[in-house]
Amino acid sequence: MTSYVITGGSLLGEEVADLLIDEGVIREIGKNLKGDVVVDAAGCVVLPGLVDLHTHLREPGREDAETVLSGSRAAAKGGFTCVHAMANTNPVADSAGVVEQVWRLGREAGLVEVRPVGAVTMGLAGQNLAELGAMADSAAAVRVFSDDGKCVYDAAIMRRALEYVKAFDGVIAQHAQEPRLTEDAQMNEGIVSSKLGLAGWPAVAEEAIIARDVLLAQHVGARLHVCHLSTAGSVDIIRWAKARGINVTAEVTPHHLFFTDDVVESYDPIYKVNPPLRTAADVEAVRAGLADGTIDIVATDHAPHPSEDKDCEWSAAAFGMTGLESALAIVNATMVRTKAMSWAQVADRMSFAPAQIGKVNTQGQALAVGNPANIVVFNPDVELEVVPSQSVSGSRNTPYGGHTLPGQVVATFFAGKPTVLESELV
Amino acid sequence: MKHLLSATDLTRDSAITILDTASQLAAATAQGVGKLPPLRGRTVVNLFYEDSTRTRTSFEAAAKRLSADVINFSAKGSSVSKGESLKDTALTLEAMGADAVVIRHHSSGAPHRLANSGWISGGVVNAGDGTHEHPTQALLDAYTLRRHLRDNNGDLSGVKVAIVGDVLHSRVARSNAILLQTLGASVRLVGPPTLLPFGVETWGCEVSYDLDGALDDVDAVMMLRVQRERMNAAYFPSAHEYSNRYGLNSARAARMPEHAIVMHPGPMNRGMEITADVADSKRSVIVEQVSNGVSVRMAVLYLLLGGTEGTA
Ligand SMILES: [Zn+2]
Repeated sequence: MTSYVITGGSLLGEEVADLLIDEGVIREIGKNLKGDVVVDAAGCVVLPGLVDLHTHLREPGREDAETVLSGSRAAAKGGFTCVHAMANTNPVADSAGVVEQVWRLGREAGLVEVRPVGAVTMGLAGQNLAELGAMADSAAAVRVFSDDGKCVYDAAIMRRALEYVKAFDGVIAQHAQEPRLTEDAQMNEGIVSSKLGLAGWPAVAEEAIIARDVLLAQHVGARLHVCHLSTAGSVDIIRWAKARGINVTAEVTPHHLFFTDDVVESYDPIYKVNPPLRTAADVEAVRAGLADGTIDIVATDHAPHPSEDKDCEWSAAAFGMTGLESALAIVNATMVRTKAMSWAQVADRMSFAPAQIGKVNTQGQALAVGNPANIVVFNPDVELEVVPSQSVSGSRNTPYGGHTLPGQVVATFFAGKPTVLESELV
Repeated sequence: MKHLLSATDLTRDSAITILDTASQLAAATAQGVGKLPPLRGRTVVNLFYEDSTRTRTSFEAAAKRLSADVINFSAKGSSVSKGESLKDTALTLEAMGADAVVIRHHSSGAPHRLANSGWISGGVVNAGDGTHEHPTQALLDAYTLRRHLRDNNGDLSGVKVAIVGDVLHSRVARSNAILLQTLGASVRLVGPPTLLPFGVETWGCEVSYDLDGALDDVDAVMMLRVQRERMNAAYFPSAHEYSNRYGLNSARAARMPEHAIVMHPGPMNRGMEITADVADSKRSVIVEQVSNGVSVRMAVLYLLLGGTEGTA
């Protein structure tokens, strides 16, 4: 088996050392190491492979937008070694059969570890629990359950789901969106929506569900994860819940760290996303929450769509944007270059913590001898313009087209094998 | 001016140019010259995704009086209703050689997409998009106000206008709030709190929940159409309560200064936001608004197309 030596990189942005990868593990860390293939990492940071807790791979059902293979390629290109495939496929991943199918497709693609997320309720309809235990016991060993795209709005169903998954250390990942407050909603409710005449999506529609759910989690002693938190009020509620010892974790997306709702003034549906882009005060609050650990992780909510679903008027367009390939550059731009976070904290928010929440024991491990070689080498100093047509995802709906973003993934190693070298897929 | 998408596209001067041009075109039409020649050989497409006979016929009459060729492309009975995308329709219109597209669409921002996505090269006129804007309605309202209150001259400095009703869902209110202030008028928005948009305090208008207290000092009252179905979504309890609190009846009209006029963009819900006696009273200019609409739309098409020969 070929051995690889990553030379001169800064491990977690701290000490500079070489790293020898052999037979799937980190064999040695030190100076002047030798291997079959040399990856020059001078000036780069070396991080544990990124783990995404929130990825839409669209297969089965919407292979025109993304497949497990094309999504895995985009993930590898972005420095990920593990993604959690959301359940809102067609058919919905609400049975052992579907989650095992996705899991197998991930193994066949072989570029990242694909961990299927199971639906909480049958067909995402919010009425009857899906067979959560069967999905947990399946080959896919599901631990994260979510109706993402829809909110588990019924408080009694949510309570039971939170309780039920305690039996196998599962977690409910809630898409917090009060449905009655967001009927036909198109964008954040605020000054911009009032001007544009687009139906508003009030912050309270997210916050009310989060407030309810942290109290439910406390009551039943269960683990709750909050998807794509987007408002300042949500950060406050999570902070309050954690102070009370409630077992809650939360994620923020790169795009909610980066954009404000002002970009919607273009009426370009590339910016149409659920939850919607919020105000500058919200962006500031989620950045602060991520830095101080109130928000545990960054998750992409990578949501590919074919061009016809975005090349239309706003209200006819689909919600969602791609994010796997740009995530690390956005975190660099919004958190590291602003000195809000260190690279060690980035490793925590994008690898260690998400692996822990998802109970993925092969991922999110320290860069230490003997650990599985899931590694990303990132050059934080190059400036690159995003060209949507160059994306390796099955879709082109990146909102960063035309933006110059800081940083580039130089190499990704998944279980000791390179998936990206010299910034290209292997 | 390449497009007219929003009242924010208009400066004080460009708006006054449109109003002055409208009154010249109205005078020429009144002299019975018949068709005026300036848009001969130009093609104007009326692309209507919503039923609105009054707005469509107004644009059609305006274009024809300027000798343009008019194509009515309505959503009913065409490929549009069979799910053809706005983009594909736009490409069709481009192939047909549309010099201007007048678009009415149920989706806010659709005219912006049409104008800015590279699908067509001609000008775009927003004839009402979702709950966003209806700039030619605001222009015709400004024209009407100027005729009655400023001797058809200059701007609207010092004019006080109350806009009453469902501001939240009204594209007419949005465009008027912008344009009337651009022209120097002051605007008071009146309605139940549920029908005033979140963030309305940033519009530069006075806001009131009390119609009775909002009439004493106005030069004009503009009543907005209120759909009865709104009460099903709990915006207000009943049509009865709405008209009691926010309808313009003769008792309320009597509180207005003698010179003040009553406006309505139509179509009216008589008995809901306005009573029949007020709608038909001497101070009502509702019928005149319709004829002013044609003049203003002639001016918009003329200025959009007349001066761009060879560059479109
Ligand atoms: Zn979601």
